[in-house]
Amino acid sequence: MEQTSAQPAHVHAPPKTFLRKHVFSLDHKVIGKQYYGLALVAVFTGMALSWLMRFHLVWPAAKIPGLELLSKAGAPGGIITPEYYLSLLTMHGTLMVFFVLTNAPFAGFGNYFLPIQIGAEDMAFPRFNMMSFWVTFVAFLVLLLAFFIPDGPPISGWTAYAPLSAIGNDAGPGLGWGQNLWAISIAIFCIGQLLGSLNFIATTLDLRAKGMSLMRMPICTWAWFVTACIGLLAFAVLLPACLLLLLDKLAGTSFFIPAGLVVSDRLQPHAGGSPLLWQHLFWFFGHPEVYIAILPAIGIVSHVLITSMRKPMLSAKVLIYSMMSIGFLSWMVWGHHMFVSGMNPFSSLLFSFPTLTITIPATIITLIWLGSLYGANIRINSASLFALGFVSMFVSGGVSGFFLAQPSIDIYLHATYFVVGHFHMVMGVAAIFGILSGTYFWFPKMSGRMMNETLGKLHFWITFIGTYCIFMPFHYLGMAGNVRRYSSFVDDYMAPLMPLHKFISIAAFITGAAQLVFLYNLIHSRFRGAPAVENPWDATSLEWSVPSPPPWNNFGGKHPVVYHDPYQYGVKGSKGDYVMQDSAEQPATS
Amino acid sequence: MATTTYAPLPAQTRSLAAPTSRSGIWVGIFAITMFFAAFTSALSVRQGSGDWSHITIPSIMYANTLALLLSSVTTELSRRSITKSQASGSAMRAALPWLGVTLLLGVAFVVGQYLAWRELAARGLYLATNPNSSFLYVFTAAHVLHLLGGIAGLLYLGVRVAADSTTLRRSSFDNTAIYWHFMGVLWLYLLVVIGIRL
Repeated sequence: MEQTSAQPAHVHAPPKTFLRKHVFSLDHKVIGKQYYGLALVAVFTGMALSWLMRFHLVWPAAKIPGLELLSKAGAPGGIITPEYYLSLLTMHGTLMVFFVLTNAPFAGFGNYFLPIQIGAEDMAFPRFNMMSFWVTFVAFLVLLLAFFIPDGPPISGWTAYAPLSAIGNDAGPGLGWGQNLWAISIAIFCIGQLLGSLNFIATTLDLRAKGMSLMRMPICTWAWFVTACIGLLAFAVLLPACLLLLLDKLAGTSFFIPAGLVVSDRLQPHAGGSPLLWQHLFWFFGHPEVYIAILPAIGIVSHVLITSMRKPMLSAKVLIYSMMSIGFLSWMVWGHHMFVSGMNPFSSLLFSFPTLTITIPATIITLIWLGSLYGANIRINSASLFALGFVSMFVSGGVSGFFLAQPSIDIYLHATYFVVGHFHMVMGVAAIFGILSGTYFWFPKMSGRMMNETLGKLHFWITFIGTYCIFMPFHYLGMAGNVRRYSSFVDDYMAPLMPLHKFISIAAFITGAAQLVFLYNLIHSRFRGAPAVENPWDATSLEWSVPSPPPWNNFGGKHPVVYHDPYQYGVKGSKGDYVMQDSAEQPATS
Repeated sequence: MATTTYAPLPAQTRSLAAPTSRSGIWVGIFAITMFFAAFTSALSVRQGSGDWSHITIPSIMYANTLALLLSSVTTELSRRSITKSQASGSAMRAALPWLGVTLLLGVAFVVGQYLAWRELAARGLYLATNPNSSFLYVFTAAHVLHLLGGIAGLLYLGVRVAADSTTLRRSSFDNTAIYWHFMGVLWLYLLVVIGIRL
């Protein structure tokens, strides 16, 4: 009797119905595109919110037409209240960190390309994979719902610091059901990411094609794998943190609310909780989250650079080990977010050391890029420009981290625009550059059409110069003592900074508008772009060995055999200056 | 850099067997361990606040523990009969009785935990009464929620085994068993934490 199936669990039948093909699809490629699409909606929503904030900061008395429709209490007469400014800030941060920086480079591109790059037909658990996207989608809707309830979105920032986030409306608008929806949304998001990370790890470990040893995996596959390992631990801690926060809010427990707390003239009916506990749990997730955003971008950029340089990195192995070190060290540094939170000063020193240590693998990675780029005859296109832009942003944003990692300097700079400038450059913009580089690079494979290069280069130059114009001055503002989270700067000492703020806002409007060029390019090329060949960039990894776009089962029912690492550039093969991973060609002289 | 010249080798046949995933269950167990580790470290931090008391474990929880440990034994018995039926080519249904007993013991554990909560409530200990009771409810409820996943897995196996399904994968059986054993180990850990710290 046949009791075991001949087909492994991840192999599924071709989709037949519209729902199975495009909505509840089991195909990792469709799921990847769904994640990317969700991130696209989230990034433009988040960007619109930042426009509102930048507009209000420099023209606080000017009315924003139509804003009253979104929130009567938050923007009476179209003018944003200080509280509503904080609501917009919370939603901007939450949307960008969770639904853009986690979704696009990791869940989006990772889902689409990880299985193909290792020669698998699909993820190890396609049903979990489908579930992970739809769970994330529900989380997105729950978060947006906060805009449309009377309470409004929470004002506690994306970090939702307790105890104010835990005691309800006594602490301000949006902290009742607005905060509840936030915590529910993030808890659901965690479940989606855990399912996703599980899939990434199991797929990488178990479903590699014959000959695809771990060291033959492309650097971006490695980056997704390391990120999944980080995500598995990080989201498994944020989930219980959100559950405890919800219990404090809804069930009257006292995990995060201390005794004798009086807010809005009311003694809070809680006792003995620890506000620091929330920060510990949150940042135990929060700092690794930085690497969840940046490691996939490091992987994508390395992949694009190798292809564009037509030569291998100085040492792919060292680069991969450095990524692993960053992943490992990311667990020991969360306290550097809490230098001024009332934590024991000795603990600060303890967290400062590994934080400074983490700059070593980050610097090694950067030096490998720069050393490899030295003397390279690089092919310039939109993808490689954004990859180079990433390196620039990563260095510029990373350098300010040296200062913030030291408690004595951080005490002065904490909660100023210096910190905002630092994390926007190194985590936000750098990761976005990685996403954009990946988009220009993989769009032909994903859609079967090429993107417009002229528009792509225009998009790059405006974005590159624009983001420097926005975020570099943030550092000066911070050094001048400009605190973050204020909705207007009316104090005497901040008034001289207003011209710089105006400059930043105008730069933000122009840079944001340039993203519409990208959106146009993306949509127009999807339908009208020139048809893409199988391997338009002469690349070596397996995704370029299948048609553009790939069939539902990736390799047409065959299982590729891998003979090389993906760095066979600058060689003399039958196709030109490269040899593909699944090509049986071998060096004639070795 | 000297350019290496590549020459094609004779064409090789492509391999036909697709690999299958075996590590997923362990990755999942790792995540769940981290989930409970977070709760445990929250407990350690919260304990420092000075309003800590003590809760005597409801005695039914010991009976529940016994039921859960027994269910791990019966899981193995059902797995053994599956192996036997595979070797001899006989029907898988032979595994059904032990599978059923496992399921019953699992359900008995959940009912037992519910009775334990009732006993706590009767003592005036609710979720928000004090930090000890909060953690006791959080630990036990989170464990029961995870255990319900295991019960769903057992139910699925039961249905497939009863139908003598030809497409049931051996790995589904093994993974459910591993998960079920892990639920038992996790509960023992929680019981120790509850006994010592709460």
